[in-house]
Amino acid sequence: MIENIDSALVDWSRAQFALTALYHWLFVPLTLGITFIIAFMESLYVKTGDPEWKKITKFWMTLFGINFAIGVATGIILEFEFGTNWSNYSWFVGDIFGAPLAIEGIMAFFMESTFIAVMFFGWNKVSKKFHLLSTWLVAIGSNLSALWILVANGWMQNPVGMHFNPETARNEMLNFWEVLFSPIAINKFLHTITSSYVLASVFVIGVSAWYLLKGRELLLAKRSIIIAAIFGLLSSLFLIYTGDGSAYQVAQKQPMKLAAMEGLYNGTEGAGLIMIGMLTPGKEINDNKEEYVFKFEIPKLLSFLSYGDANAFVPGVKNIVEGGYEIIDKDGNTQIALSAIEKIEKGKLAISALSEFKKAKEAENIELQEESLITFRENFKYFGYGFLNDPNSIIPNVPITFYSFHLMVGLGFLFIFLFAVVLILIFREKLIEKKWLLRALVFTTPLAFIASLSGWVVAEVGRQPWTIQDLLPTVASVSQIDASAVQITFWLFTVVFTALIIAELKIMFKQIKIGPNEGGH
Amino acid sequence: MIKGNPLKRFFLFYYDGFKSMTVGKRLWTIIIIKLFIMFAILKIFFFQDFLDKKFSNDKEKADYVIEQLTNPKNINND
Repeated sequence: MIENIDSALVDWSRAQFALTALYHWLFVPLTLGITFIIAFMESLYVKTGDPEWKKITKFWMTLFGINFAIGVATGIILEFEFGTNWSNYSWFVGDIFGAPLAIEGIMAFFMESTFIAVMFFGWNKVSKKFHLLSTWLVAIGSNLSALWILVANGWMQNPVGMHFNPETARNEMLNFWEVLFSPIAINKFLHTITSSYVLASVFVIGVSAWYLLKGRELLLAKRSIIIAAIFGLLSSLFLIYTGDGSAYQVAQKQPMKLAAMEGLYNGTEGAGLIMIGMLTPGKEINDNKEEYVFKFEIPKLLSFLSYGDANAFVPGVKNIVEGGYEIIDKDGNTQIALSAIEKIEKGKLAISALSEFKKAKEAENIELQEESLITFRENFKYFGYGFLNDPNSIIPNVPITFYSFHLMVGLGFLFIFLFAVVLILIFREKLIEKKWLLRALVFTTPLAFIASLSGWVVAEVGRQPWTIQDLLPTVASVSQIDASAVQITFWLFTVVFTALIIAELKIMFKQIKIGPNEGGH
Repeated sequence: MIKGNPLKRFFLFYYDGFKSMTVGKRLWTIIIIKLFIMFAILKIFFFQDFLDKKFSNDKEKADYVIEQLTNPKNINND
């Protein structure tokens, strides 16, 4: 029984998952983005026959290889954690993740592994065109691998296309396409890969700027900057579009996350979008403190972006807890939002009905089985609320969500500005003179990783307390294990992953210092 | 381009590739150490599957999880 669950166990399990996921994500986006940049460069080599493009391609391929090698398999740790620390969750998810993760595994193995070998070992051994095709397939394959992982994550944010089997306590997939093409999943995928393209572009520009500062590898640096800045700028524009799509989906499916992203405690019609702001420290849902110490907002923009209507009502944290405001359901009908207390009651009804069903099944009482199943089905959408006692426990950490969101967005716009400035200056052949800008570009590189990680913090912290939105909270997802065991592995991972990051940085910096060479990788 | 027996070509492709690696040799060392730590230490000693370890079949696992989920009496979720 989930009795007396140690809150330290939940906290350490969450901390461990967050740690490993964030470390893993330090490697992934660079792979997703730089493979396309390499493919563009190699395409230019094949098209022009200019050996300088080959040299440039091979140089970035080596850096990609370092990142790929150090990062590969770091995500497997997350799967270990699912089985050990999150067994209730893993069981409850059922076969939903089976298909996407199996496809991901096959794709990653066959497409990436096979063609990466051709990419690295195939120079002068396969035709130029086949080598180029392999490079493109590595880029496409790694991005498609990400699709399946993000589809799985999208399902947790918005569980669709499944049926919960009360006999096995597992979700069973009813409609694969609904899971795959869930608007949340698609937006998440597009937003994540485009942000990764921006990150890789910032990385390529940062390294190239360092060469310009040092007065070496000038042609490589200039050409790389042009490719990366164009790719980064175009990706950034698409990133705004996908970000808007993601925020729209969040408004529809996870309004609490949206309220936390904007630090909005009290909902309003014609809500403005906070551009810069500072939350009032220690603000609680029921106190009379102002929401912000200061804010600069664009009037009505949040309402417009969230609901396509500048005067639409955007519920705040308090409204979502208390309910009573109008919402439009999936059939387009106007409904009154339930309060958290009402949802908790319905959740407890669902849990109780599941228990009754189980007992009736054992007693072979068909009538009671059917009766309890009806109650269960009617209330299943609130199942997860039944594990909560305090209505305020549906509120995520607002400051972390708010600041992570604004940091991500702010950095995203900074990158757009930098891409545009760099492009203008490099075409005017003035970039190399602007030493301060080159230095700024070098130091911007880690900011791209911070922006990318912030995006995940928004996505995951903002949806607390849920592991599966509305259906399963973190507290009911954990395994009944000793918190100290999780603590030990938390520190073990900290050591192992930190060592990997140090190895990556050391090898990467050394290789950058060596620069391009004509030899092997 | 290497010509001849496809299997030999396949072997030589990888053999020559690995042989000519520079930074790649160090990376492979890191990959092997990393995989060893993950699968031979962490997975075996620290990350055994909780349900697999406790139960021998799906029915028992299902019963256990239902028992867990249907008795959320004293969860500390405040």
